[in-house]
Amino acid sequence: MTKLTVEDLKRIKGEAQRTVLLREGTARAKVTVFMGTCGITAGAREIMDEVLQLIMQHHLDDVIATSSGCAGLCSKEPMMAVEYRFSPPVKYIDLTREKVREIFESHVLKGEPVPEYALGVGSETMG
Amino acid sequence: MKAQRTHILVCTGTGCVSAGAFDIMETFQKEIEKHGLQEEIDVVPTGCNGFCENGPLVLFEPEGIFYQRLKVQDVPFLVEEHCLKGRPVPTLMYTPHRKKTPIPAMKDIEFFKYQKLVALRNRGRINPEKIEDYIAFDGYLGLAKSLTEMSPEQIIEQIRISGLRGRGGAGFPTARKWQVCKEQPNSPKYLICNADEGDPGAFMDRSVLEADPHAVIEGMAIGAKAIGAEKGFVYVRMEYPLAVERMKKAIKQAEDMGLLGDDILGSGFNFKLSVAIGAGAFVCGEESALIRSIEGQVGRPRQRPPFPAQKGLWGKPTNINNVETWVNVPQIIRKGGAWFASVGTEGSKGTKIFSLVGKINNTGLVEVPMGITVREIVFGIGEGILGGKKFKAVQTGGPSGGCLPESMLDLPIDYDSLASVGSMMGSGGLIVMDEDTCMVDVARYFTNFLAGESCGKCFTCRKGLERMLEILTNICNGKGKEGDVELLEELAIMVKDTSMCGLGQTAANPTLSTIRYFRDEYDAHIKEKRCPAGFCKELITYSILEDKCIGCGACKRVCPTDSISGEKKQTHVIDTKTCIKCGACVEACKFDAINVV
Repeated sequence: MTKLTVEDLKRIKGEAQRTVLLREGTARAKVTVFMGTCGITAGAREIMDEVLQLIMQHHLDDVIATSSGCAGLCSKEPMMAVEYRFSPPVKYIDLTREKVREIFESHVLKGEPVPEYALGVGSETMG
Repeated sequence: MKAQRTHILVCTGTGCVSAGAFDIMETFQKEIEKHGLQEEIDVVPTGCNGFCENGPLVLFEPEGIFYQRLKVQDVPFLVEEHCLKGRPVPTLMYTPHRKKTPIPAMKDIEFFKYQKLVALRNRGRINPEKIEDYIAFDGYLGLAKSLTEMSPEQIIEQIRISGLRGRGGAGFPTARKWQVCKEQPNSPKYLICNADEGDPGAFMDRSVLEADPHAVIEGMAIGAKAIGAEKGFVYVRMEYPLAVERMKKAIKQAEDMGLLGDDILGSGFNFKLSVAIGAGAFVCGEESALIRSIEGQVGRPRQRPPFPAQKGLWGKPTNINNVETWVNVPQIIRKGGAWFASVGTEGSKGTKIFSLVGKINNTGLVEVPMGITVREIVFGIGEGILGGKKFKAVQTGGPSGGCLPESMLDLPIDYDSLASVGSMMGSGGLIVMDEDTCMVDVARYFTNFLAGESCGKCFTCRKGLERMLEILTNICNGKGKEGDVELLEELAIMVKDTSMCGLGQTAANPTLSTIRYFRDEYDAHIKEKRCPAGFCKELITYSILEDKCIGCGACKRVCPTDSISGEKKQTHVIDTKTCIKCGACVEACKFDAINVV
């Protein structure tokens, strides 16, 4: 390996920071996919997949994706909650890959919720 | 590649490794692959988390959920529930003593709540074997700053402002030490990291080397620039194999990246570092003995001055600091001396790592701000005495520290207040003792350790400790005489005043402090031939309390010398002539019927 300069060091820091972000607990937004048995049967895995891909596509280093259990509204699965910094979480229901993309573009990236897919606001808090 | 959603941080400090952490890690990886989650969930080995008693430990991020005492067979269920279905598993979480509800998040557990991590900031957070992890959390930026923007004088000035004092125990101001070495006209100059941790029950140096080896390297490289040294050694004992391995790996990675060696970061500055392995003699923690050991000679202290800063390794100016001192340096340079000095007390700045052990509910490694009280550590972080017993004393500073009684619980812990009550900071051992601990026996135990570790060069340390041990052993065996305590004091002060190195100079602390604060226990042993704690075998007898014994025979079955007799459902009796006072009956009896006086 070639010798580092101070600039190289800062570049490596930038790259490595992406992978350790999860351990710092600070983020612009947190996306929680509900993955109870009901959620998984209704296709929550696809939803999680889509969220993780979107994070990669947009080269985001400050968005956290995480999973949670059954939210108690099994008939509305798959569901996810988006929590934008300093705003209450919004629960989205009956999701598909397309809906996830729309929500991601608007709520996760710009902080603007998408009311037509939302169930309600509140109850989940940023950890 | 997909973005990751969970990191599973598995503690792989020595404590958790011996509890099976590597098997746990492997099982996590297997289970995660089984469910096809390997791209979105990463399993990361980290250094010691500090809560060693409850190992193996695992932390799930970003939720911060803490699982403890894991077994390999718990892992498949945990992965299925937490990773696949998003349901944390309460049965594997930590439940505080005498409470019923488990605490999911690590930050809410008492043990972690009061800690302030500076030296241990990367513990349980980075993979110590991956330099990129260290860099991601601002690693080597302090070195970059000191090489490109700062003069040696400016570096030492920041260390002076920080108020950093030697964490090895003596508390000498680090900036002054560096300054003296820098001003020496001779060259080459050497740096040494003292990781020869020999105190029974202390493991902070090992833990730092295992959890964050790059911080040691960075601290030393900054010191090298300030002092003008080009070569350094990390002196570790052989019985720390994992620490040696991780340190060597880290040095190799830093060399490969050009963060050690010639022309570091293109600045023209050169610094080389290697690991020196010691055989594990307690006295080699003393700087002049340590230097001799690196030179390949028998590890024995020599007369100072000249100090190592003037004439050290191979007769050249040498600066030697403890592991914990070095790891504080990068952050002081990066964030400024004033940042560091904002924590702590007037004379002792920053934080200190303690290994909290003994008769306490939560044992482990804790880092706390200087000036915290003994009570906050013992009853806050430690959550009180084991089994709800009564607190008796706490010994600070390792084997040659002093024992402080209950009346000192509100003493703020810093260098000067500990010294003022006859103890010391030492390397930061905290041994908690309860009502069942005999203080004379404690003095005997530590004097025995120190007499064995004395190198024998000074007559007073060699023979004085031997005589003290003899007297203490006699007192414990019920052969103490009037005047023994006075003789002990006289000997102790002689050893303290006339020994050459730190070992002898502090070796009297356990005896002197127990006499000072627990004189009544000495008197009970000598005058009444009684051990108030019920510990010294020669002074106690076992008997069975008639009103409590139900005649179940449990004690009779476990007695190794058949000294207990009695019919079923009748009160049993102990034959004190054949009883060897092993305590097996006390453990077997469910009715507290065995009386020890």
